[in-house]
Amino acid sequence: MSDDIFITEERIEGAEDGPLAGKTVAVKDNISTDGVRTTCGSRMLEDYVPPYDATVVSRLKDAGATIVGKANMDEFGMGTTTETSYFGETDNPAAPGHVPGGSSGGSAAAVAAGEADLALGSDTGGSVRCPAAFCGVVGIKPTYGLVSRYGLIAYGNSLEQIGPFGETVEDAAQLLDVIAGSDDRDATTRSEGDDANYADAATGDVDGLSIGVPTELLEGADEGVVETFWEALDELEERGATYHEVSLPSVEHAVEAYYVIAMSEASSNLARFDGVRYGHSGGYDGNWNETFARAREEGFGDEVKRRVLLGTYALSAGYHDKYYKKAQDARAWVKQDFDEALSEADVLASPTMPVPPFELGESLDDPLQLYLADANTVPVNLADLPAISVPAGETDGLPVGLQLVGPAFGEERLIRAASALA
Amino acid sequence: MSDDAVSPEEVRHVADLARVDLDDDEVDRFTEQFADILEYFETLDEVPEVDREADLTNVMRPDEERPSLEREAALENAPATEDGYFKGPNVS
Repeated sequence: MSDDIFITEERIEGAEDGPLAGKTVAVKDNISTDGVRTTCGSRMLEDYVPPYDATVVSRLKDAGATIVGKANMDEFGMGTTTETSYFGETDNPAAPGHVPGGSSGGSAAAVAAGEADLALGSDTGGSVRCPAAFCGVVGIKPTYGLVSRYGLIAYGNSLEQIGPFGETVEDAAQLLDVIAGSDDRDATTRSEGDDANYADAATGDVDGLSIGVPTELLEGADEGVVETFWEALDELEERGATYHEVSLPSVEHAVEAYYVIAMSEASSNLARFDGVRYGHSGGYDGNWNETFARAREEGFGDEVKRRVLLGTYALSAGYHDKYYKKAQDARAWVKQDFDEALSEADVLASPTMPVPPFELGESLDDPLQLYLADANTVPVNLADLPAISVPAGETDGLPVGLQLVGPAFGEERLIRAASALA
Repeated sequence: MSDDAVSPEEVRHVADLARVDLDDDEVDRFTEQFADILEYFETLDEVPEVDREADLTNVMRPDEERPSLEREAALENAPATEDGYFKGPNVS
């Protein structure tokens, strides 16, 4: 069972005492671990052993946690199913025969299967929330700047955050307490998380909570998913919350804006993989352009090549204004829309994923269709906001996640609300 | 998207810029997929111009000497090294 959850199974013991003493944690394989192989799910980094720890890993160790392995993931975080991993697919413990979601599929599966109490993933466009929803566990995408990205192997710097998984909201919040807070090694971190106590916010108290439901995020969603979503909202209403519909017209353009920005950043970030300082070597025949191109042909899989090429295209002369600049406009628009909606509601709610988990192998052939499945998660990254995915129930035996979105650094509010459900 | 459709030559050109070799099958597959994906990206044309109020501040620190990664550790993952340096391919 555990073979397909971890790329590398190795125990890293933390301090004897601390808030996470006795807890086991799975760490996504794009988060650097000193002396333990970190592959990003790619042949490019098949033999890469980081010489230092990511800040979140140092904080786990200091908190007394035991890391039990490096979890499988879509290659460089690029995917929604964990099937683009060079090391093979991961089965969904909550729905065997189905994908665990992605890109942090191994992390979510580790918690769902009981291989680890907690897990870390990273979320660039939904990569924590999607697998949390598909595996029936809790996942948090923190506000941009809450958690240090030092030692996270970058894919889309302006979008991504490391986030925690747990079986319950309180578990995930306890892990967030450990990893949140400023870090002088990541200049984008902020101090809001320095003294926070997220776990204590998991009271389940939703009395008087005002929930906005963006109608655009329900359109086109699977019927069973929508039904399960409304049942969960009814449960929150019974406990004292109220809900009203809101409109976010900009999110109609969020998927294309997200992919243009993420691919552009990826094409720049992944330029470092030339097989000279680390990674798969292209050998020494021919000049450096030839050997770099060979290293990257052999080291990268299809989805990574697709995104690097499309990002290069979107940034190339003559296309920059048409794609990248318009995508930045759309990003600003999405931010404005969310700010407005959150001025009239405490949190926004939607299904995390518009569909239940795909069957293994079902979705690999049509990249565009797979990108569209990210419709409900990517707007949150464009807006730099925090969000949580919490189990809402099941449709035909398949897990459905409820996503709550809050204002910047409003993690406590999300944790309080979501803990009413799990 | 007839006029703007991606040609195999364009895919090869972009792959060349990105330093990624592609075989003929990959070029064919990407040409077809890129046409679909870029056509979808076209809808960004409908996005209005938006005032971007970036809430940004510079983050500065004193420019002081401090320890960094040891040379040996930095070279550990290199496929080849020579005299304490990375060994790269010929420039031309």
